Amino acid sequence: MAAAKRALPWLASLRPISSAAAGSFPKQVKIVEVGPRDGLQNEKNIVPTQVKISLINMLSETGLPVIEATSFVSPKWVPQMADHTEVLQGIQKFPGVSYPVLTPNLKGFQAALAAGAKEVSIFGAASELFTKKNINCSIEESLQKFSEVMHAARASSIPVRGYVSCVLGCPYEGKIAPAKVAEVSKKMYSMGCYEISLGDTIGVGTPGSMKEMLSAVMKEVPLGALAVHCHDTYGQALANTLVALQMGVSVVDSSVAGLGGCPYAQGASGNVATEDLVYMLHGLGIHTGVDLPKLMEAGVFICKVLNRKTSSKVAQASCRL
Amino acid sequence: MGTVPSALKHCLSYQHLLKEQLWIGEPAAPPSPHAGEEFQISGLPEYVKIVEVGPRDGLQNEKVTVPTDIKIELINRLSKAGLSVIEATSFVSSKWVPQMADHTEVMRRIERHPGVRYPVLTPNLQGFHSAIAAGATEVSVFGAASESFSKMNINCSIEESIEKFEEVTKSARNMNIPVRGYVSCALGCPYEGNIIPAKVANVSKQLYSMGCYEISLGDTIGVGTPGSMKKMLEAVMKEIPLSALAVHCHDTYGQALANILTAIQVDSILSLLTLPLPFNSDVLEDKMGVGVVDSAVAGLGGCPYAKGATGNVATEDVIYMLNGLGINTGVNLYKVMEAGNFICTALNKKTNSKVAQASFSV
Repeated sequence: MAAAKRALPWLASLRPISSAAAGSFPKQVKIVEVGPRDGLQNEKNIVPTQVKISLINMLSETGLPVIEATSFVSPKWVPQMADHTEVLQGIQKFPGVSYPVLTPNLKGFQAALAAGAKEVSIFGAASELFTKKNINCSIEESLQKFSEVMHAARASSIPVRGYVSCVLGCPYEGKIAPAKVAEVSKKMYSMGCYEISLGDTIGVGTPGSMKEMLSAVMKEVPLGALAVHCHDTYGQALANTLVALQMGVSVVDSSVAGLGGCPYAQGASGNVATEDLVYMLHGLGIHTGVDLPKLMEAGVFICKVLNRKTSSKVAQASCRL
Repeated sequence: MGTVPSALKHCLSYQHLLKEQLWIGEPAAPPSPHAGEEFQISGLPEYVKIVEVGPRDGLQNEKVTVPTDIKIELINRLSKAGLSVIEATSFVSSKWVPQMADHTEVMRRIERHPGVRYPVLTPNLQGFHSAIAAGATEVSVFGAASESFSKMNINCSIEESIEKFEEVTKSARNMNIPVRGYVSCALGCPYEGNIIPAKVANVSKQLYSMGCYEISLGDTIGVGTPGSMKKMLEAVMKEIPLSALAVHCHDTYGQALANILTAIQVDSILSLLTLPLPFNSDVLEDKMGVGVVDSAVAGLGGCPYAKGATGNVATEDVIYMLNGLGINTGVNLYKVMEAGNFICTALNKKTNSKVAQASFSV
């Protein structure tokens, strides 16, 4: 390149090519599997406890390092997760695998701890309206609730992962300012969350808005503490994830078989499928530790039980040859 | 959780949401040069030409035979959407491709909108002559980077197919008819597996040298990923100017948009180094990534090599992404979605476009 620049001096005035051109991707990506929680929570049919346990066990065998197991919310709000204690106590805990659970408040945290949880997650949002509609309080009030969880978690040496919803758009507010996402992320990180997962809750984001948002957040939270949680409602998930990887993000959330529709657009898809994500990462030479064939088996299993078609294109292409 | 959550009732409707945010609808204005440069993904073209292959590549791979009137109506609707290139039909023997048996009628009866081109496939000289007689003003030829695929698909070797195409391009040149060249299996072959980038470059070069103005590189079975896309493009760009390249990604493994994103960001420095010196720096204008993308409305056309799997990437989803990147396409996404809705209703099938699924569902 230096020789080219000498020979062609006008090269210096070119618009800078993104680091994508230099092919700088992380060598390793940690996949956070959210199928058993985020995925199943958004499925219409209630899944029997034993099936949930079998699914998580199958996922544990694939090499996934993190599997979000369940959610300690009131069964009144989320009947699908009513068996949270039984699930957490019934699954095989593979060495080297984390099984975080959602804890929206102190009560949920205490129940989770009692059930043997070793890691928890809390869910914030970058949109006031979404927070109001979802958990009936303002962002500020929700952060106060979380700080109670953080205190308790710190006292028990339990790591806490923070989620920020609506980072690329909100079903009520529409466009979300990157600065707002950065602000909420910073607050949750400062509170003690070891990782912040940035969620494109309604999947409206595109590579451009992803880059804009990440640029803002990266000013406030270290890159190593960031994850992306892209929804595929508009088919943009892998492209958005690719951009995040190009910017150095190395933690990606996904859901086996793309479980979990989008509650805001009937019939539309939600989570990106872990199989499709792994396919892309392996094709890029990025190490994930995940065995794709085993993962696909887990996907086939849960889809059979749910009597639904997989949302994973890799699975669709591979199973019927 | 079978009922629609009450939250849904208070949501902005998707049409409202997206129109307001300019994520879809009117073609995006090019980003202002002062609008926070650090936020722009650099190295992107300002304009991407979309080549709509739904009526040909899409319908050809649909099981149901589509009535001629429906095909014509589809093409007419697409013409009104702002697309500048719509592949209308294929002049192949109806024995091989019954779906395209009505090629002459389609070609004669479609509305020819000014500024829109309607290329047709012509696998050989005979097809070419029929196409011209039917009023075609642009044609395409289909090569492959895999010997096995070439043999299985058109029953001859790559070299033999090149000879056939040369007959077409020669006649085309005499009549001032532009020819577009396709290279199938650019990122993998259903029979041979891995395809080396040098082979793709070699076939592309042959097609380009014989006079094809543009080479569309097809990931025929959709197995490619951003890594293999980049390697393949780097090899091809050594032989062919970037401005003459297009990508034709299949979404069989869900990789199409990620692959397209990679293609439109590809490092164009390499291509500059192949140009003769001295030259005006104005040529840099269009040197930022691949600027032509093939897609099919509603993601029409499955993959004949994997039963039940998807094929072409959906035009709606591509435009959504490009609009979000601030890249101009000239295409009205709403109108494409309407055309997609029309053809899916006619075919009694669900759309493969996620944008359409999300937008029409509420």
